[in-house]
Amino acid sequence: MRTNGPLALIFHTIFVVIMLAPILVVCLVAFTPEGYLSLPTTSFSLRWFRTIANYPEFVRAFWVSLGLGALSSLVAVLFAVPAALAIARYSFRGRDTLAALFLSPLMIPHVVLGIAFLRFFTAIGIGGSFAGLLVAHVVVVFPFALRLTLAAATGMDRSIEMAAVSLGAGDWTLFRRVTLPLILPGVISGWALAFIQSFDDLTMTVFLATPGTETLPVRMFLYIQDNIDPLVTSVSASVIAITMTALILLDRFYGLDRVLAGKNDPGR
Amino acid sequence: MSAAPTTDGRDARTAWLLTAPALMLFVGVLVIPLAMTVMLSFHDWGQYKGIEPVFILKNWHEVATDPYFAEMFWRTARIALLTTLITAVLGAPEAYILNRMSGRWKSFFLLVILGPLLISVVARTLGWALLFGGNNGLVNKLLMSLGLIGSPLSFMFTETGVVIALAHVMMPFMVLSVWAALQRVDPQIENAALSLGAGPLTIIRRIVLPQIMPGVLSGAIIVFSLSASAFATPAIIGGRRLKVAATLAYDEFLNTLNWPLGAAVAVLLLVALVLIVVGSNALIERRYAEVFR
Repeated sequence: MRTNGPLALIFHTIFVVIMLAPILVVCLVAFTPEGYLSLPTTSFSLRWFRTIANYPEFVRAFWVSLGLGALSSLVAVLFAVPAALAIARYSFRGRDTLAALFLSPLMIPHVVLGIAFLRFFTAIGIGGSFAGLLVAHVVVVFPFALRLTLAAATGMDRSIEMAAVSLGAGDWTLFRRVTLPLILPGVISGWALAFIQSFDDLTMTVFLATPGTETLPVRMFLYIQDNIDPLVTSVSASVIAITMTALILLDRFYGLDRVLAGKNDPGR
Repeated sequence: MSAAPTTDGRDARTAWLLTAPALMLFVGVLVIPLAMTVMLSFHDWGQYKGIEPVFILKNWHEVATDPYFAEMFWRTARIALLTTLITAVLGAPEAYILNRMSGRWKSFFLLVILGPLLISVVARTLGWALLFGGNNGLVNKLLMSLGLIGSPLSFMFTETGVVIALAHVMMPFMVLSVWAALQRVDPQIENAALSLGAGPLTIIRRIVLPQIMPGVLSGAIIVFSLSASAFATPAIIGGRRLKVAATLAYDEFLNTLNWPLGAAVAVLLLVALVLIVVGSNALIERRYAEVFR
């Protein structure tokens, strides 16, 4: 009963092919030499990748996404590290409520978050600004940063800290020289996962982005709404390539299964 | 360990101090905006006067009585339910097969199946739009050459297409959830059943299925709630006419500009999902209490 029979392997093959098909077809069509959507059969061409350069709005959207992702996940980590240490170490009244609040963006549909942020930012007069977008992304990616940091903080060996204290380390030295290095893999993975979440978010961002602050997914979405041509496939293929690179790095550095386990279950 | 959590006053103060920045952020930028959205759904709106900050039930009355909204919410629920069913029926066996593979293959295919989770939903949905693409799409060509269908089916701008693409987008969540449940299962139980003369089907039905059921159900809750609030896939595959809750709210906000009505739709979606998720979580935890212990 421990090995898969032929029927199971056939099922598995079809399953994997279907899972990969849409991603492969995007990447293949991106290399078409034709001026219309087609699968390249005889020759591959980079013309549609070169065409991206003629669309400054895609290039600018890419930089907005990159900056927004890097910055919002960094801010989220800065907020998440002290919060994670508090939740991991102290049992205080309201701890469970606090943890639930911090993880709640996972449970709230992004369309609702987009609407709430749009309403709020318009009311306080920062609608359509990059600052608003940044704050919104910090809140949305916070749970991912918190979870992985929390896992690292819960799992660490505290006797090392006690040794440092007994040798006379102060609070700040203790944190900087002992605690932070120990939880750093979790913190960096939290940052990376938060970055990917921010980089990929469409549903919330589409409510907040204005022509100057459009992110790449928003630009791609608005473009697809009008027409689908090889240009958007080459942009998508580039995005897929960037994500895959980040994934492989993450896998080498931390183990993708552990990262993905943190992405699971918004329902709990 | 000696560092057991304590509750003396100084520790509680430190804990609150450490969580204060995040707490202020969440109250200021999450709790208040959500409260404002709930308030917004009670405001009035007119084509020329814009939003009027009064307290009326007009939007809620409209959402509750206009058959257009009823149809839209049923469509949303139907799509989410079918998507959940497909991911459960296909994802659970796949997770089981994955779990029986040997080490290297297991981690390779796990990466292949879970990796797409982190790839832009727009890119993945675009892939389906390319595969469906009109009567000459690859999916239709394949199905016809296999003799499964006589004439091309339409996938673009139909619920069938939305469900297929959405099931693909959500599949990793189900596989992950069932796979996590399988990690807690002792493989020796299957061998014991085998040695006592149980056939493969009996083992699946009597041994494997009951043990992974909590995983399937919690996966189903995740997939359902994410599908019911999905935006990109219904918007791209479903087009402008096949509205679901998220795309309708988007339209009210950015095209019609009737924010109060859009807010009512969004709040209703949120409340319905929270009730469904919390309710089914409670049911599952009661039913499978021994698994979670």
